[in-house]
Amino acid sequence: MARNEERLNETLSKMEGEGHVIHKADLCSSEDLNILVESLPVIDGVVLCAGIIKTMPVKNITEDAMTEIFNANILGDIKICSRLLKKKKFSHGGSVVFISSVSTFNVKVGNSLYSATKGAVNSFAKAMALEVSKQNMRVNCIQPGFVPSSILSSGAIEEDEFLKFYAERHPLGFGNPSDIANGCIYLLSDASRWVTGSIFTIDGGYTLQ
Amino acid sequence: MTLDEFVKAFAAEFDDTPEETFKADTRYKELDEWGSLIALSIISMVDDEMDKRVTGADLRNCSTIEELFNLVESK
Repeated sequence: MARNEERLNETLSKMEGEGHVIHKADLCSSEDLNILVESLPVIDGVVLCAGIIKTMPVKNITEDAMTEIFNANILGDIKICSRLLKKKKFSHGGSVVFISSVSTFNVKVGNSLYSATKGAVNSFAKAMALEVSKQNMRVNCIQPGFVPSSILSSGAIEEDEFLKFYAERHPLGFGNPSDIANGCIYLLSDASRWVTGSIFTIDGGYTLQ
Repeated sequence: MTLDEFVKAFAAEFDDTPEETFKADTRYKELDEWGSLIALSIISMVDDEMDKRVTGADLRNCSTIEELFNLVESK
């Protein structure tokens, strides 16, 4: 599920096997979420990975920027989890995986809003994990290091400078989306049946130094 | 926004450098207070006040406040 139908189709075309479906929906739109949740069957797991960046010093933060980034990075996640639980769309033993960020503790100048939203994701995930444990549901977070993605081409980040800075700081080099997806597969599978409320750092060693 | 207004808005993003320091021909990267945080502030100011987007490279490529103003205006 995502806003961009073209990218959804691109992802769909790369998936192996059958039975995959895509839903074009905006996580920030209550109407879209209601339609989406109603249309879903009971699900075994969900990975919530929406995120945008707003780089600005604290003194320049605007109401619009705050609203936009909190809606996209945490409020949409909360809304969809709440609706899925309310409509009993999680199977017994279901798994929820949130994607936060190492920026929750490895902060950078100008990124206070992003760090705050991702910190909220970690805290929400832990509280939700406790709340749904009676249903044998598990809730975990992955906080990735730098993974080059389309968030760069949004223009929010100056790509060359950013890549150079981070290339020097990842001992195992840059990750790619499959490195994070593999963590999600683990957390969605029964291999992690005794894992809940955990926050996994997958960052190629970025936060070691 | 006029050039004078831009110079004032540019100066307002600095905390320690006196406002009278700032002129259209001020070479801003030579100011002691200049740094990445100020650069981000300028980028935000241009976005908020002029609804235009400048990059770190733009700030590096310009020397004076007027050059930056002209670049922003051309966008």
